[in-house]
Amino acid sequence: MTIPTHQASADKPHVGLFVTCLVDLMRPVIGFATVDLIEKSGCRVSVPEMQTCCGQPAFNSGDRAGTKRLARQVIAAFDEFDYVVAPSGSCAGMLKAHYGELFADEPGMSDTVKSFCDKTFELVSFLVDIRGMTEVAAEFRGKVTYHDSCAGLRELGIQAQPRALLKSVAGLEISEMQDPDVCCGFGGTFCVKYGDISNAIVEKKTANIDASGAEVLLAGDLGCLMNMAGKLSREGRSVEVRHVSEVLAGMTDGPAIGAKRT
Amino acid sequence: MTIEDERREQVLGTVRRSLGNMKSDKARRAIVRGRLENHPKGEIPARAQVNHFKQVDLFVEMAGAVDASVDRVKTKADILDAVTEFLRSRNLPQSLIHGDDAYFADLPWGKHKTLEHRRGPAAAKDLVSLAKAHSGVAETGTLMMASGADNPVTLNFLPDVSIVVLETKDITGDYETAWDRLREKFGEREMPRTLNMVTGPSRTADIEQTLLLGAHGPRSVHIIIVGR
Amino acid sequence: MVIRSGKFKANAREALADPQLQRAMSNVGVGFVQKRRMAMDKLPEFDALRDQARDIKNHTFQYLDLYYEEYEKKVREAGGHVHFAPTDGDARDIILDICRNAGAHSVTKGKSMIAEEIAINDHLEENGIKPIETDLGEYIIQLRGEAPSHIIAPAIHLNKDQVEASFREAHTGLDENRNLDEPESLVAEARSMLREAFLNADVGITGANFLIAETGTSVIVTNEGNGDLTQSLPRVHIVITSLEKMVPTLEDATAILRVLARTATGQEMAVYNTFSTGPRREGDPDGPEEYHVVVLDNGRSSMIGTEFQDMLRCIRCGACMNHCPVYQSVGGHAYGWVYPGPMGSVLSPSLIGVDKAGHLPNASTFCGRCEAVCPMRIPLPKMMRHWREREFERHLSPFSVRSGLGFWKFFATRPRLYNFTAAVAMPVLAALAGAKGYLKALPLATGWTHYRNLPAPEGRTFQQQWRDHLAGVDE
Repeated sequence: MTIPTHQASADKPHVGLFVTCLVDLMRPVIGFATVDLIEKSGCRVSVPEMQTCCGQPAFNSGDRAGTKRLARQVIAAFDEFDYVVAPSGSCAGMLKAHYGELFADEPGMSDTVKSFCDKTFELVSFLVDIRGMTEVAAEFRGKVTYHDSCAGLRELGIQAQPRALLKSVAGLEISEMQDPDVCCGFGGTFCVKYGDISNAIVEKKTANIDASGAEVLLAGDLGCLMNMAGKLSREGRSVEVRHVSEVLAGMTDGPAIGAKRT
Repeated sequence: MTIEDERREQVLGTVRRSLGNMKSDKARRAIVRGRLENHPKGEIPARAQVNHFKQVDLFVEMAGAVDASVDRVKTKADILDAVTEFLRSRNLPQSLIHGDDAYFADLPWGKHKTLEHRRGPAAAKDLVSLAKAHSGVAETGTLMMASGADNPVTLNFLPDVSIVVLETKDITGDYETAWDRLREKFGEREMPRTLNMVTGPSRTADIEQTLLLGAHGPRSVHIIIVGR
Repeated sequence: MVIRSGKFKANAREALADPQLQRAMSNVGVGFVQKRRMAMDKLPEFDALRDQARDIKNHTFQYLDLYYEEYEKKVREAGGHVHFAPTDGDARDIILDICRNAGAHSVTKGKSMIAEEIAINDHLEENGIKPIETDLGEYIIQLRGEAPSHIIAPAIHLNKDQVEASFREAHTGLDENRNLDEPESLVAEARSMLREAFLNADVGITGANFLIAETGTSVIVTNEGNGDLTQSLPRVHIVITSLEKMVPTLEDATAILRVLARTATGQEMAVYNTFSTGPRREGDPDGPEEYHVVVLDNGRSSMIGTEFQDMLRCIRCGACMNHCPVYQSVGGHAYGWVYPGPMGSVLSPSLIGVDKAGHLPNASTFCGRCEAVCPMRIPLPKMMRHWREREFERHLSPFSVRSGLGFWKFFATRPRLYNFTAAVAMPVLAALAGAKGYLKALPLATGWTHYRNLPAPEGRTFQQQWRDHLAGVDE
């Protein structure tokens, strides 16, 4: 069951928000920022209640059957929408780039899956590439650095889009870190299964973040952000960590990820 | 069946089984034969698809970029002048080894009495070699050296300094054209025993990724391009 | 070689705590990565060349049996021999036989990963034949009794001072006060030590990057020139290679060479690409009198037609490991067998069994950088996932993974229960964190909190807040 938002108007494209489990559980503000940005791009947004997870943990653990069960659930939940948008390159990559491969052995599903993959997008690339957004009205004072999360970058080609929109934010200055396109060491369950290695990778990342001189770290994936925020915080570094949508939507009044609540 | 035959059958048999449902043997063989006979050319970088003058210039540029030194002389008669001058400039003894290449036989050796030259394969004591390239490929500044009695393969590797003569007419833009030239000389589906593509002097980066010249092969490669 | 892949976690921990190794590994991310990038930028056709390289190999595999027939015919015509080795043991037997027939006492070796795979050095030594590695990196690690830690830069795990120490220990009889401070002096010393070995060897063993069906040719790609001295000076040249190295024509070989060096070292072309066809010919003043090619299968023929066939396209450039954050952190030895990094994580389970190498395809963040740089467009992460699937099907995954996954799946497939549970649990977590906004430790999450703080959830879930929002309840 889905409930249209009050801004609904029939002629606007109808977007189903795939909120992602991490955003749902850990940082709802990203969900609200996402809704706001999608609406500003001229769409109406609904949030199907029958969604949980894209299935990535099962997929990457080799549980193909389990992943398929979830994938069917997701595809069905978003059947009625013109677009499916997720504030995560990794989850959107799963939906868009891997569902096809997942059902490759079921020719009967191919049309359904293809149309689902075709209409699914990561938030920022949706705004820029599909909705033609070139600027946002937000304001954010400070120097930020942007980390390219792996799946978004390499599965979906997201690199220029967030930077383009960030440049339009009043007062914001981008200071690139060294190797922004190198993994932060999160890797889903990897960071727990191979904690020592994950730690060595994120240590390099936080050193690069720190060296960039930025006050704020942004990225498009909450998993990576929590990993980097957790490490920065453990190292006692003062860099603030936020999802890129929070800045683009001007929703930065609340505490940053893992930061003190006032 | 010998054990060698059994092993062969085991490997190729598994390959065939793994390939599973195959087209008819005749159709497959026709495809393989066609590929080998026609050796189709694929994507060739535009870089060297220029006129021959520019290809020669490109060769010089690319060879220089990989630390080979290049000298250009007008005619074959000038080669030994260039060689003696090069040896002098590097403080090397006026002595070298070269193969039986007829090209070298009628050089004006008599005019260069101080230049000692031996013929044959290189030995450990040889400091400088002189060899004739079959082709030069402009795309990457690569020399193609074909082995034989005329140009023993050891000339390219044992001496510290390798001097190579390359005629401008033997410079091609790409590898593909060089292969065509090689087939003209040796025949379809034939190769010299050793064909060395040499791109600059020997080097290694095995210690802390520091690039150093002269690992096991020549420390320097000097190319004398003959003709305009 | 003893397989230590099962101890990957312990190996990795050891590697992370080794300051010498960590210092040496810091060269990888910078050197190789930047050089490759610069080479790419100079060649606009690079991506088209990658597609072509992939297509050449895919075509060859479809006709591999026939290309081998053609190849063998040409090798025989040139006076050489082709030996097929179904297993590593067969390859060792074949090579030892050839060496014995040649009355060999000393063997020089060019760099070959297949030689590592079949552990030929140990076998020759056990049988009284002395193998001498001649590639500088291989020579260094042979002196130290180590295995290569990278497929093209075998001593990448070492620093200069370690090399110097090894040389001083091994090269007795030289002036003890000689200056070996600069890498130049180390290279010069190795050069002069190895000259002797080249000239005295009875047999030279090299690998092969390609076999060419058109002409019956084997190709080696090197920079030092050691491979050429190895194969040109001794009486017998043995090429040890593996089944997938075949290409149809000279054009096909050079098409792949166009992507190989650029991706491997950032060179436009390696210094020496050497094409060998048979032994010394009539009138030749040099070159080997015998030419043998040993083609190792060791499980590769069974990969054809499976989801792992694409791995056979690998040309051993090393780019995947150069760009891998895991490899960069732990180095090659942690992987516990011959092939490290992403290509090893896919290939090793095929060659030694997923039961022994199961960690390898799991030890990846799936960042996808390996696939992005692979010149042969091998979908490495996808194939690592295939191994995880095989493990899962065979119930080889650790209990913790299966049970954790089962628990998570139970909720994820029941949206209402999931929403309800989350709505209860998240505020509890948030309250635990309190005003500081993160947790330093949390039962069942120590894998996370051992190294990092856990950012606290906001409190109420998005789904909860969204329902309120729709109902017009002001927050």
